Amino acid sequence: MNVLQMALFLAVAAAGTLTVLAPSPSRQVLLFSLYGTLLTILFALIEAPDVALSELAVGAAASPLMLLVALASVRVREKKP
Amino acid sequence: MKIRARLVVCLVGIVGLAAILFTGISGLPGYGHYPGPYGDYINALAPYQRHVTNAVSAVNFDYRGLDTLGEEFILFAAVAGLVLLLRSPGVEAEDRPPIEIPNRPIEPASDGVRWLTFGLVAVVNLFGTYMVLHGNTTPGGGFQGGAILGTASMMVYLGAGYRTYRRSTAKQATEIGKSLGAGIYALTGLAGMVAGGAFLQNVLPLGRRESLLSGGTIPVINFGVGLEVAAGFALLFLQFIKETRKQPSVEEK
Repeated sequence: MNVLQMALFLAVAAAGTLTVLAPSPSRQVLLFSLYGTLLTILFALIEAPDVALSELAVGAAASPLMLLVALASVRVREKKP
Repeated sequence: MKIRARLVVCLVGIVGLAAILFTGISGLPGYGHYPGPYGDYINALAPYQRHVTNAVSAVNFDYRGLDTLGEEFILFAAVAGLVLLLRSPGVEAEDRPPIEIPNRPIEPASDGVRWLTFGLVAVVNLFGTYMVLHGNTTPGGGFQGGAILGTASMMVYLGAGYRTYRRSTAKQATEIGKSLGAGIYALTGLAGMVAGGAFLQNVLPLGRRESLLSGGTIPVINFGVGLEVAAGFALLFLQFIKETRKQPSVEEK
């Protein structure tokens, strides 16, 4: 394991912990996207480019996007009497 | 349950989980040491047996093609279920106003965002298409390329707004693409049986290694998966983005 991989492993663990500990759902979604991006770089570094590309599209972009829209939709419905 | 009892239960759980995790992790092979023979065999054999240079695609679409067929239909069923759940009653208008949150004005996209997304849409579409078409030669393939193509539609939404997005991403086209892609996969499987072999048997000529059509049925299935995933993701996003608009049932009753 080289230094870069070690750093990325730690960064992914930190981002995962921050996601769990995030105070508000919308911040949690953004941290989740950051977590997906870091995971993508990690996968690329440990020679798994196929998985990295999947993670980039699904984990870093698609899932956070759907969560954001769901959050917006839920908030509006909560505000209505 | 009292808070004390809860703490005890939690502690027992944490200690138990830690013990199991520790036993499991201590039994793992060292970092970077791959123990099983399967991957080594595939890496050594796939370029000669199937004429593809991306062994992952050979596993996904040929050696374990049946598993991927199951996964494709999981995605298919999930998206179909989502369309059913989030269907809008009555006629669909393509330019419904956005829902509003008090004290949160809706800002139009800035020039920077618009120019960036306009430039990126072309690049992302090109890259996604490249990724789908080269699934048998380089890392990536139908799923990855399809997911990238699907997110391109979101850039149109981000840069050009809802109306243009709805015009550029026709719901019917995504539905047809999704079904066609899944159909291509299943029919390629049946083609193996028609040719007198097993389901999903690779019956097409394997072609020259490192060429776009190398691998027999692998590029065909790969294309089907790419089509299904691209259209499926676009449809998925469309259904979700529609939820940020005023719904006809609330408005017109």
